[in-house]
Amino acid sequence: MEFWLPIIYMAAMGLALLIYVILDGYDLGVGILLPLADEREKDIMVASIGPFWDANETWIVLGVGILLIAFPLAHGIVLTHLYLPVTIMLMGLILRGVAFDLRVKAGDHRRALWNRAFFVGSLVSAMAQGWMLGAYVTGLRGDTTSILFSVLIALTLPALYVILGCGWLSMKAEGTLLRKSQHWATRAVWPMGIGLGLISIATPLVSPAIAAKWFSLPNALWLAPIPLITLASFVGIVLTLRASSERQAEQPWRLFGLTVVICLMSSLGLAYSLFPHIIIGQMTIWEASASVSSLLFTLVGVALTLPMILGYTFVVYRIFHGKATELSYD
Amino acid sequence: MDPFVLARIQFATNISFHILFPAITIGLGWVLLFFRIRFTQTGDKAWEYAYFFWVKIFALTFAMGVVSGITMSFQFGTNWPGFMEKAGNVAGPLLGYEVLSAFFLEASFLGIMLFGKNRVSNRLHLLSTFLVAFGTTLSAFWILALNSWMQTPAGIQIVDGVVMVEDWWAVIFNPSFPYRFFHMLIASFLTTAFLVAGVSAWRARSGVDGPATWKVMRAGVVVAAVLAPLQIFVGDLHGLNTLEHQPAKVAAMEAVWETDTAVPFNLIAFPDEEARENRLAIQIPYATSLILTHDPQGEVKGLNEFEGEHPPVGIVFWSFRIMIAVGGLMVLVSWWASWQLRGGREPHRMLLLTLSAMTFSGWVAVLAGWYVTEIGRQPWIIQDLITVQDVVADHASATMTGTLLGYLLLYSFLLVSYIGAMRHMATKPAASLALGPVTFTNQPSAQS
Repeated sequence: MEFWLPIIYMAAMGLALLIYVILDGYDLGVGILLPLADEREKDIMVASIGPFWDANETWIVLGVGILLIAFPLAHGIVLTHLYLPVTIMLMGLILRGVAFDLRVKAGDHRRALWNRAFFVGSLVSAMAQGWMLGAYVTGLRGDTTSILFSVLIALTLPALYVILGCGWLSMKAEGTLLRKSQHWATRAVWPMGIGLGLISIATPLVSPAIAAKWFSLPNALWLAPIPLITLASFVGIVLTLRASSERQAEQPWRLFGLTVVICLMSSLGLAYSLFPHIIIGQMTIWEASASVSSLLFTLVGVALTLPMILGYTFVVYRIFHGKATELSYD
Repeated sequence: MDPFVLARIQFATNISFHILFPAITIGLGWVLLFFRIRFTQTGDKAWEYAYFFWVKIFALTFAMGVVSGITMSFQFGTNWPGFMEKAGNVAGPLLGYEVLSAFFLEASFLGIMLFGKNRVSNRLHLLSTFLVAFGTTLSAFWILALNSWMQTPAGIQIVDGVVMVEDWWAVIFNPSFPYRFFHMLIASFLTTAFLVAGVSAWRARSGVDGPATWKVMRAGVVVAAVLAPLQIFVGDLHGLNTLEHQPAKVAAMEAVWETDTAVPFNLIAFPDEEARENRLAIQIPYATSLILTHDPQGEVKGLNEFEGEHPPVGIVFWSFRIMIAVGGLMVLVSWWASWQLRGGREPHRMLLLTLSAMTFSGWVAVLAGWYVTEIGRQPWIIQDLITVQDVVADHASATMTGTLLGYLLLYSFLLVSYIGAMRHMATKPAASLALGPVTFTNQPSAQS
């Protein structure tokens, strides 16, 4: 138990954060794209994420909650070191979260202000999350290399979210908005690709420990599928976006699906790079873990509720399946 | 400034801002369910209007609560890393259960409740409304279990400075939990009742939504008239429980310095911590002994028994009086209003003005009450076990000052925007209100 429980929780935390990146990623991406759309399209874009954003954000609370439940010793260290980006991210999330309602409830003269708040909040949150990830992967060192690496991720993550956002809109939008979103994706896909490529090259350079894990035989062989599948998905995205608008509309889920594969592969790669450390070079998951009795007590809850959560999340997505259109509370 | 003080101000700012919104949504969720059921039963359009109007306010309030709540889940770690290191074995699972059992539930079904009315059956929509209300209450259950455990820890053992759980039942249902839970639930219903009545009074004065407005106002006033006295009763029980487990807090609430019998009640006093006495006290003889021990000659422990380990006196003393005063005012106003509105009568203009003025009175009482119990726990973060000073993070003062200013600016701006939006909405009929996010065309796979 003492061996397995931390591993189970590590996996659960990784899963929660992966789901967060995919789900809140698309709605943050839609937020970043908002200024590019006209007024009516803005309403539809916000409408397309309205029923989902709140539950999407709950996944990061779960992720950080598992860090707290299972690895209390690391929770404090990680969040203390990430104080500044976390605070900036929170302010971003606050701004965009309230903008959902206030852009339509504070009166028409305030709408432009809240649209801007929605955009700024989404962009700032995305960049701050990239910064956090960069600082975390380099072991919370805070030196120049680690800062440069964080900047790189802070610039790449918004691009990834934009692609997810475009993928979401290609399922939810119609007409000119659909064509616009396809166009936006074409513009964002190379920045994302180059960013991901640079991160993949930079990661082993900034962390010898990670380099050693990847570039030794036979590990390199059975790890090869991770970069290869990522590359194939990226090529798939580029090809998808080359096709005509009508062809793309025939398989509206394709862009989103391929981007999800990239997220999945990246998180597998990250998990392999970190394991068994909760803070790289400082603390393993076993050193950081809470008492067995506390972990067991919560595991019962996780086992009972997680299937239910996944179940009703599925139901909600089914109910709101289809293209987003006009505004109403009906 | 001292980073410790800054960390406390920052957390206090955040938690004070946050509680304003759950204080409304916990009660309003059930009120919406009531509107929804009444409409289903009677088919009266007025209830539907009421639902439509208040569900928009609910959505806005809920969003404010969600974003400030996410902030708090991070601030436990950024500001008080030692708390999780030492008490993570209790705090982690309780917060975890809150996220797993309540957050996802309310967040997911809120989508259906707000935007799904034409996509799901009436029954599923009713169920969603119920689950959202249930989720907010369940969330309060877990968070108050943790808070109460910090006030009256039980069911644990300390091993090498780390809290280890021996009995989860004792941890959750710790001695102060039932009192705090019901005190907070009723507080939330009272806050909602006055909000609902106050905004309706505002609407009645501008003649919006006719019958719906009057029905809602009457519902709010009647709920308040029943709950306000009940709250005083529950509050008294809570106070007696505090006397048993946290006597220093009660001594600060009453500004009693020396242990004594036949202690008078300080109606007004200016506690002086330097001189350890009250200046200019206006007193009611025997009253404190009578309230706390139910015996005019009863003995009450004074602050001098806890020198160096008791909370700041002035702020606890005054917060407590503000809470009591608002509570008393709530009883008077709700009874007066119920009398005026009996049998569908038109109320006096003065009543409408008073109710409008008391729209946010619940917030004042809730904040004052929380200041009593939280500041009253100082210097402990977990009563008699771990002090706040033991667990604070070591950030640079400049960083803390900068982020604190950021939070203060942001929260002031949001509070003004929130109340501004509510004012804007209060003058419009429910049907014409700008419609929030959205519904979708029915695709073949969507139920209807």
